[in-house]
Amino acid sequence: MTDWLTPDEWRAVALSLRVSFWAMAISMPFGILVAYALARWNFWGKQMVNGIVHLPLILPPVVTGYLLLVTFGRKGVVGQLLFDWFGIVLAFRWTGAALAAAVMAFPLMVRAIRLAIEAVDPRLEEAAATLGANKPMVFATVTLPLILPGIIAGAILAFAKAMGEFGATITFVSNIPGQTQTLPSAIYTFLQVPGAEAQAQAMRLVLVAVAIAMAALMLSEWVSRAVARRISAS
Amino acid sequence: MTLSVVVTHRFGVFTLEAAFEAPPGVTALYGRSGSGKTSVVNAVAGLLRPDAGRIALNGEVLFDSSTGLCLPPNRRRIGYVFQDGRLFPHLTVRQNLTYGRHFAPRSSRQAAGTFDRIVGLLGIGALLDRRPGTLSGGEKARVAIGRAILSNPQILLMDEPLAALDEARKAEILPYLERLRDDLELPILYVSHAMSEVARLATTVVLMEAGRVVAAGPTAQVLADPATAPNLGLREAGALLTARVVGQDDDGLTRLDGPAGPLWLPRLDAPLGAVVRVRVLAQDVMLSLTRPEGFSALNMLPATVQDIRMGDGPGALLRLKVGDEILLARITRRSVDALRLVPGLAIFAVLKAVSVAQENVGGGG
Repeated sequence: MTDWLTPDEWRAVALSLRVSFWAMAISMPFGILVAYALARWNFWGKQMVNGIVHLPLILPPVVTGYLLLVTFGRKGVVGQLLFDWFGIVLAFRWTGAALAAAVMAFPLMVRAIRLAIEAVDPRLEEAAATLGANKPMVFATVTLPLILPGIIAGAILAFAKAMGEFGATITFVSNIPGQTQTLPSAIYTFLQVPGAEAQAQAMRLVLVAVAIAMAALMLSEWVSRAVARRISAS
Repeated sequence: MTLSVVVTHRFGVFTLEAAFEAPPGVTALYGRSGSGKTSVVNAVAGLLRPDAGRIALNGEVLFDSSTGLCLPPNRRRIGYVFQDGRLFPHLTVRQNLTYGRHFAPRSSRQAAGTFDRIVGLLGIGALLDRRPGTLSGGEKARVAIGRAILSNPQILLMDEPLAALDEARKAEILPYLERLRDDLELPILYVSHAMSEVARLATTVVLMEAGRVVAAGPTAQVLADPATAPNLGLREAGALLTARVVGQDDDGLTRLDGPAGPLWLPRLDAPLGAVVRVRVLAQDVMLSLTRPEGFSALNMLPATVQDIRMGDGPGALLRLKVGDEILLARITRRSVDALRLVPGLAIFAVLKAVSVAQENVGGGG
């Protein structure tokens, strides 16, 4: 099984899974918060926030990667603070790859969750309030369970986007084998090398990518259907 | 246990300006759609913040615009039964029922066995493990009532809890509500635009029109006031008689002991001795100067004319004293003239037994 892929290839696959998982996990609470704010609150600069969240969807990924580098690089405004205060370095590390993937996937996650929140009947939340639940409890016991399918859909979308993220990642954290060389970066690298062996390597990784994508999609379909069934009828 | 409400609120061109007191028992907010009933209830619940006013429950101030106090809904200890039920779709019936229990103050937890008692009272024991999506309208309404009661509230707000139901379901649930009223020591604010519900359930009526309270008081008194009849709609006008069931006759009639002698009505499912209140519609009452002979109507009540109110159209509304109680009669002005009816005149009020619909007879209280 393990010799089906070379150690380098395995590392790329494992790294991609790790980066995508953390990109999804870390951005989820922020995604729920921002989606809730956009769906329910009226505040000054709402359109601005909405625009910034959606920017990575529209900008060329290279631009996003470059902006990340400028901001979170060792010499960047935030990057310097992170290093000085916490000793955290993001540039050219797998954590940086996760950040890039999270930023790129964020708009998709927010959109999915926001749609789910907008579909929740506020009258149910009023009913919970009259039964004695305060705002956080209303959210935890009524809103959150009702938007769970949306959160799952958003998480899967974010995971899929993170798996496929290439441009921003390679710009921000480069393409270091074992460190920042994700699945797409590895495929790209093999494709640059002439010869049948490299082509075969690329093809094997392409098949892995297709398999992971299909598995993620089917899992998401199954989970959201199971949750929706619990929530609606029966 | 008294609720006192004084609120003013502007919605565009509509102004709500309501003030009333709700003593213990069932207080019905009655009026047409759009008269502001639901807004009043929402203000009591804390879902609507009025422009000005004061709302207090048992002396505890829930809202006071002069001090800027406005308790959020979750701190008002109210049980709200919404018109549309609003059961949580992701929870089972049992979880819906116990939802409010988690938030009730520890000191005021309901006694053990309350859950079983309420579930029994509402007849929803078989539904506990089902989800709201699979319930019928009547079942949903009963679960919503149970959920509100089990949150251990200090007052129950019911916003047309039966509006979404057909007549058969209403008839099924009204007895439950009567039992709640009589069994629980809980004031209930009951919104309705159905006079038959109000007449059956309410101890106090607050009559609303276009955002204002036009009449308020004990149900029998408000319903027997000819002055408020136009607000009820003339076809809905009718007074309440209290009567006691004294016999079930073989031919399908129930004999009652009324305020002025016997009263026969179509069969009532009530035990002997039960006190019921019967709503007699003004338009079903005929008047006669002498006791009619050879006449099909069964009920002939000796009465005295108290007041005659001529309408703008051909009709007149008369208030009659029957024993200690009041009856309204609507007849034509022509008949008033022909019979020379004047206040103080002794006459007979004639009522066909079959004209009293089952829905107009309710448990006493």
